[in-house]
Amino acid sequence: MKAMQALREFSRRDRVFDFLVQAEPPALDLSHNIILYLEGINKSFDGFKAINDLNLYIETGELRCIIGPNGAGKSTMMDIITGKTRPDTGQAWFGQRLNLLEMDEPEIAEAGIGRKFQKPTVFENLSVFQNLELAMSQDKRVWPLLVARLTGEQRDHIDEVLTIIGLNALIHDPAGKLSHGQKQWLEIGMLLMQKPALLLVDEPVAGMTHQEMERTAELLTSLAGKHSVVVVEHDMDFVRSIARKVTVLHQGSVLAEGSMADVQSNPRVVEVYLGE
Amino acid sequence: MLLMNILKNDKPGLWLLGILLVVSIAVPILNLVVPENSAFHLSTYTVTLLGKYLTYALLAVAADLVWGYLGILTLGHAAFFALGGYAMGMYLMRQIGERGVYGDPVLPDFMVFLSWQELPWFWQGFDQFWFAALMIILIPGILAYVFGYLAFRSRVTGVYLSIITQAMTYALMLAFFRNEMGFGGNNGLTDFKDILGFDLRADSTRIALFLASATALAIGYVLSRIIVSSRLGLASVAIRDSESRSRFIGYRVENIKLWVFVFSAMLAGIAGALYVPQVGIINPGEFSPLNSIELVIWVAIGGRGTLYGAIIGALLVNYSKTYFTAALPEIWLYALGALFILVTLYLPKGIVGLWSLRKTRKTQKMREEKT
Repeated sequence: MKAMQALREFSRRDRVFDFLVQAEPPALDLSHNIILYLEGINKSFDGFKAINDLNLYIETGELRCIIGPNGAGKSTMMDIITGKTRPDTGQAWFGQRLNLLEMDEPEIAEAGIGRKFQKPTVFENLSVFQNLELAMSQDKRVWPLLVARLTGEQRDHIDEVLTIIGLNALIHDPAGKLSHGQKQWLEIGMLLMQKPALLLVDEPVAGMTHQEMERTAELLTSLAGKHSVVVVEHDMDFVRSIARKVTVLHQGSVLAEGSMADVQSNPRVVEVYLGE
Repeated sequence: MLLMNILKNDKPGLWLLGILLVVSIAVPILNLVVPENSAFHLSTYTVTLLGKYLTYALLAVAADLVWGYLGILTLGHAAFFALGGYAMGMYLMRQIGERGVYGDPVLPDFMVFLSWQELPWFWQGFDQFWFAALMIILIPGILAYVFGYLAFRSRVTGVYLSIITQAMTYALMLAFFRNEMGFGGNNGLTDFKDILGFDLRADSTRIALFLASATALAIGYVLSRIIVSSRLGLASVAIRDSESRSRFIGYRVENIKLWVFVFSAMLAGIAGALYVPQVGIINPGEFSPLNSIELVIWVAIGGRGTLYGAIIGALLVNYSKTYFTAALPEIWLYALGALFILVTLYLPKGIVGLWSLRKTRKTQKMREEKT
């Protein structure tokens, strides 16, 4: 009788076992309209101070350009945001609740920060469509991948991204046949497939022709609003054409921040960077 | 219906399966129905030879799956083939029973010869076919899992991985050469009498084994095709072309590699198990690194990363091997070497590459005519 009781207790249908409840990471909270907080960040490599008390805030939906001479700490900053490098001191928060310093690279990517590297690395033997299909946020374990079928919703998302990056006509071409600029756009498209809230874009127009540059500028400005976009770029013409707000980095900290006109007229900025 | 759906984008595969079907119907008729003095009669020797080629073709499909689609140049895949073969050999040995030279009802001859008193623990259960069949799949699978787990987790890739696979098969060969291992040492397992109660020397059994090999090849091909045309297959190609990038978009590269590798090893094991009853012997020579290298050459000659290319390569090279080693025995190794060099130099996509080359030329011509 007692065993019966225990069995009944065990198999109660209104009970949920702890191990069945997945531990949900705290969701992205943008209630204060700031998507990224970097506060008091320091990082040195072998005594060289790459980042020196850096404070940076990115608003939700903003398109921010970051400029600065070589060695200003731009790449290190990106590395810290994506979890590739850990700062010595300081705080980095994604929204109100996600502490970036406690997360590893895949977790940060999963939470919604996408990064495009300088050199485009698309899968050359796969078609444009297949590249986007692979980049989609989905269950990436072995068995689900084997039985996965493209749902209508996923198909729509791919079409939507194809329209944004303007490669609709080329969906069945192998990515290896694309021009340099088209590869860059495809790569941005692959980032978009992961539905990131924050996009980090590293030197998007390096090696592009003028037309491609214009197209890229349009693309990035169209993304702002829906996503927050941070662009690191050397090409001043390009920055001028897209930037609403510019941050100038110098020796690992923020030298000036504001509209392109403000920044250009700032005497200290002229001295270290633009004047050259 | 489902099958057609899988193969609808795979015309060469459909052709291949069609030919396989025709051959599987023709061969039994030519061998069993057509009288022996007719010119169309197919000798049992040829049937067995064809069956052997088909098991090689299955092995080649398995190797192409990991080399062509995952970029793992395996130089030890014959080890899984041999392990499957040994598992089948053990079953066949236990079937001999009292008919052995020493007449021991339980112990195989070589154990009596070594004056062993009882059957080692790892020979238990092999008198049951279902158990042997399970082991044919499990043992190569488990070895591949352990090997792959260690190798892929520590991110060994490229040439280093090839060398380790080579070392694995070499180590197994040395181990199986030892009498103390309990697998017949140098001589291996042979002198088989019957399988599932059917006499191995009977024509009908030979035909059945041939048909089993053809069926296994067809199923193995379709399963591999399912894998490579799924999203898992896309991810595999992505890993082959840029491993770090795939990791960056969130794929667990080592898991994908591991499971495809394990599946491939199981296919190789099945191929080995069908090979052994047809050739009548399995010995440690099957583990020899040379076999694995030859296997890679079949795939390269046929055309890597297509699956059907591997089958064509395996059949072609083995047929010429049979022909050359009989007609001009000194020349075979040179011919193989020359073939390999020619294919690498002029046909980087193998023999099936010729076909797609012709196709692109055609479309190019059409384009030129348009403009």
